[in-house]
Amino acid sequence: MSEYVYADNAATTRLSDAAFEAMKPYFTEYFGNPSSLYKLGAASQRAVDKAREDIAGCINAPRPTDVYFVSGGSEADNWAIKGAAELGLKKGKKHIISSRFEHHAVLHTLEYLEKHGYEVTLLEVHEDGLVRPEELEAAIREDTALVTIMFANNEIGTIQPIKELAEIAHKHGVLFHTDAVQAVGTVEIDVQELGVDMLSMSGHKFHGPKGVGALYIKKGIRLPSLIHGGAQERGMRAGTENIAGVVGMAAALKEAVENIPERNARLTKMRDRLIDGLSVIDRSRVNGDRVHRLPGNVNMCFEGIEGESLLLMLDLKGISASSGSACTSGSLDPSHVLLALGLPHEIAHGSLRLTFSDENTEEDIDRILSVLPPIVERLRSMSPLWEKIVNNSKD
Amino acid sequence: MAYSEKVMDHFANPRNVGEMPDADGIGEVGNSKCGDIMKMYIKVKDNIITDVSFKTFGCGAAIATSSMATELVKGRSIDDALQLTNKAVMEALDGLPPVKVHCSVLAEQAIKAALSDYYTKQGIDPEPIVGKISECEECHLH
Repeated sequence: MSEYVYADNAATTRLSDAAFEAMKPYFTEYFGNPSSLYKLGAASQRAVDKAREDIAGCINAPRPTDVYFVSGGSEADNWAIKGAAELGLKKGKKHIISSRFEHHAVLHTLEYLEKHGYEVTLLEVHEDGLVRPEELEAAIREDTALVTIMFANNEIGTIQPIKELAEIAHKHGVLFHTDAVQAVGTVEIDVQELGVDMLSMSGHKFHGPKGVGALYIKKGIRLPSLIHGGAQERGMRAGTENIAGVVGMAAALKEAVENIPERNARLTKMRDRLIDGLSVIDRSRVNGDRVHRLPGNVNMCFEGIEGESLLLMLDLKGISASSGSACTSGSLDPSHVLLALGLPHEIAHGSLRLTFSDENTEEDIDRILSVLPPIVERLRSMSPLWEKIVNNSKD
Repeated sequence: MAYSEKVMDHFANPRNVGEMPDADGIGEVGNSKCGDIMKMYIKVKDNIITDVSFKTFGCGAAIATSSMATELVKGRSIDDALQLTNKAVMEALDGLPPVKVHCSVLAEQAIKAALSDYYTKQGIDPEPIVGKISECEECHLH
């Protein structure tokens, strides 16, 4: 498998060895329910408490108890948004501001709330994939209950000016949530410095396990529960704790935040070399701002070809990548993210996302640079759309 | 979503791919907006499709169904080719995921569009023979 390249780390990451080792005892040895009184239960409780402390430390939350464990990024987003909507309703506020290219965990939650009488404003993200603070300020109304803007986009990796956006929301007395699923563990996150009220994270995006995430909630925000039942998470989120999951997430995050500057310097260099190398391809383009961007994200369009066929060809060559192209998601529409950047449908269909982590190497970049251009050429040679593009450019 | 081995074979090693400069009929269906365009070229002699080729912009299933459709009509009579259904293309590929069924419809339409063009070039009204070439329903929704 030496030729295999995993370049889809924004989709999910490999569980780190440290996380796996940390988790193991909590499946068969310390399997007790933390809510139980006997010693075995207490051991589980200590593990959950320690994981909470570690994660709070990694995002500089003032208190461990500001971190609530959930099942993943989608639940964290649902809880933050539906909870804030309910808080707003008590004050007669039924307006929420977000952006056009949020993850579907946010967009579909907002659509659900619209059906229940809320009004939603989606900010433009422009050609560079960045929200404009002045446009947020202009969109805030008397009845705005929440602003929710993602930290970094999952397809194109653009990083929003979260601190500035949160300040604007707070100036108008509005709560601010950020879906930081793609950012936590990748870039430095300090919730106090950022000034956010709520922040979502997901374990499996930073070499932790799947099925576990967390929502940071600033002290004093009395968010209503999403999952009702037992008194876990101080009565805020019911359900027996995923002990191994939270232990693994904490171990992975501690490891991930250890060497952020060095890792990102290396990944940025790899990313830029790949983008520069692929930009040589005729009629290719980079999607999203090149500077305000996650260090491991490359997202490009190649005109005249369709994304899914590109992915399949790459897979045949041992490279796992993804596309914004809808073909993989069961709908015929191209990526809502690329359409939000203003790309026409036919170009948005030909997108490719390559995302890297600490486990990728310069050799991976070499391999992609040698394999990808001939694939683009081959698919174009059999594309009637490419034929039209070439003929039109001759006219 | 997973493709059958046959789909992957026809995707990775498409049969009859490329332009045909001296084609007797050329048909093009689909549009770039919904992400699939198929172009079929046919050569006809004595009512037999002696040669056929295609060019396709689209997903893996679009390329595989184009390739399979050309295989199914190559060397056959026009009458046989007119009987080609999307179902036959799908079956020959050991099935398609539900969201990809429209690709097989497009492949059927592309063959008919090429035959239609052939009749038009012969000075014969194609509609009574080939019927109307309609876009597939999913493309209509866009």
